[in-house]
Amino acid sequence: MCEAVAGGHFSSLPRKKDVIRIAGKTIAEKIFSSHSGTDARAGDIVVADIDFAMSQDGTSALAIDAIESMGADKVFDSEKVAMVMDHSCPSPLEGVSAIHAKMRAFGKKTGVHIYDWGRGVCHQLVPESGKVVPGDLVIGCDSHTCTYGALNVFSTGVGSTDGAAAMVSGKLWFKVPETQHIVYKGTLPKGVYSKDLILYLAGLIGVDGATYQALEFSGPVIDALSIDARMTISNMAIELGAKAGLMKADEKTLTFFNERAKRNGTPLVREPNPQEPDADAVYANSIEIDTSKLEPQIAKPHAVGNVSPISEVAGLEIAQAFIGTCTNGRLEDFAIAASLLKGKTVHPDVRLVVAPASRDIYLDAMAEGYIQTFVEAGASVVTPGCGPCVGTHNGVPSDGENVISTANRNFKGRMGNSDSFIYLASPATVAASALTAKITDPREFL
Amino acid sequence: MSFKAKAFKFGSDINTDYIISGKYKFKSNDMKEMAHHAMEELDPNYYERVSPEGGILVAGTNFGCGSSREQAPLVLIHSNTLVVLAKSFARIFYRNAINTGLPVVECDTDKINEGDEIDVDLEGGVVRNLTTGEDIPFAPLPSVMAKLLADGGLAPHFRKHGTFALE
Repeated sequence: MCEAVAGGHFSSLPRKKDVIRIAGKTIAEKIFSSHSGTDARAGDIVVADIDFAMSQDGTSALAIDAIESMGADKVFDSEKVAMVMDHSCPSPLEGVSAIHAKMRAFGKKTGVHIYDWGRGVCHQLVPESGKVVPGDLVIGCDSHTCTYGALNVFSTGVGSTDGAAAMVSGKLWFKVPETQHIVYKGTLPKGVYSKDLILYLAGLIGVDGATYQALEFSGPVIDALSIDARMTISNMAIELGAKAGLMKADEKTLTFFNERAKRNGTPLVREPNPQEPDADAVYANSIEIDTSKLEPQIAKPHAVGNVSPISEVAGLEIAQAFIGTCTNGRLEDFAIAASLLKGKTVHPDVRLVVAPASRDIYLDAMAEGYIQTFVEAGASVVTPGCGPCVGTHNGVPSDGENVISTANRNFKGRMGNSDSFIYLASPATVAASALTAKITDPREFL
Repeated sequence: MSFKAKAFKFGSDINTDYIISGKYKFKSNDMKEMAHHAMEELDPNYYERVSPEGGILVAGTNFGCGSSREQAPLVLIHSNTLVVLAKSFARIFYRNAINTGLPVVECDTDKINEGDEIDVDLEGGVVRNLTTGEDIPFAPLPSVMAKLLADGGLAPHFRKHGTFALE
């Protein structure tokens, strides 16, 4: 091991002037400082300690191959590594079955946590597990790893080889990102949800509006949101190109972790170490958004930044609707959708698919009667996991069809058919549209 | 390292689903086989056009946005794409490219047209458009990434050093 470098500090970039060195820090700079043992500032390149590393069934096979190709036969700490089967479960294909078998065998060999079929989406399971806490640095071989930024965790997506390096060494190199500060002010109108807030931002700054940067979200609108709703926003930071979508930890954040620890019957892996930005933190940019007059938003095919207020697309026919994913498959999302669907049936020309983000959410949604409501309304409720979002199973649309979905991506071919068209919206908008077979403003039902 | 080949030009915001559709990554783990589907959403004949002589993929801004799938740079490598030039890259793709040994260069790609004969000098920091005679300079890779690329990617780097040795 090369101890001189591990955890050390070096930079390939010109040093910032001393006057900037004494300025305050962003959340990202603080977490990289505490994990690299340096005074980390935007632009610095650091090797940092990783608190948790994860991969899923689309990325684990390459990660396992990379670990072997690195000459390693174990991970740095099996308690800090997980592999999750979520993208394609239960397996619809021999090729997937082979990948799943490879993950299970790796789990037996190394002792890493294996989450098998039906447990849920990795980005719900990692925060639910109690193995990460506020102030942590986490990497995952999935681009939506940025989801836990809502919980004050600097979490970011990497590829399988980066993931393998982190799993083997417990470290990874990073360029400390600059931060854009996004402040949501005002009130949230009826029928407008956290999904609309992040879609609006995607329309405003575009799909490369935050490339190589971190986002920090704050303001009274964020403070008022539940943890479920905050995770929707951080989840989509990557859709704007961002490395992370960070929020401060508050009472709700700490309550989330304490309740999870109680439910899991195991204490949190360590005391939370929440990181707040300094008052004089240096931001690349700040954007203030007044949400008081915001309409529900829709991202149109085939780009997440192609966003319109719902009034511009309302009435467009849809054939399929999907409620779920790491963006909007949580209990609050189901509560909202169920409130619109209760006692009604979806339009006969629409297929509604629902996928809980985790088994615990599935159980809670059953206890609350939401699943009953969905099934009675005519929905196909599928295994906790990614559902049809990634185009491998659970509802591949037909040629020429429009789909309305609570997912985070509407790329051409994303759901497995290049000749279909994906519209992204909040659970309320998707539920309302499933009832009418047209893109529908949920405020008509509220 | 330098590369000489024809330019294959694409637009901006080329996402990883366009580089290799998610539906293939679960069908096979054989990158040579999967490479036949590289870029097919935008050019169904990309593999047939590029693989015989090698090619230089040229794009606008935000190349490789979307998922973290490392299959994206791998299928480009296996389709004989020698280097990718773009005005900017999505960060996960950029890291994945370096880690798997695919050279990536951020430069002004407006001055390159489909089919132009291109020479890329990685150390010299210059893209030469041999068709138009124009030279396009670029900032060399940060030293950390240059070291990883010189070792052939992150896995060979770890095999050689046992951990990060980037100083």
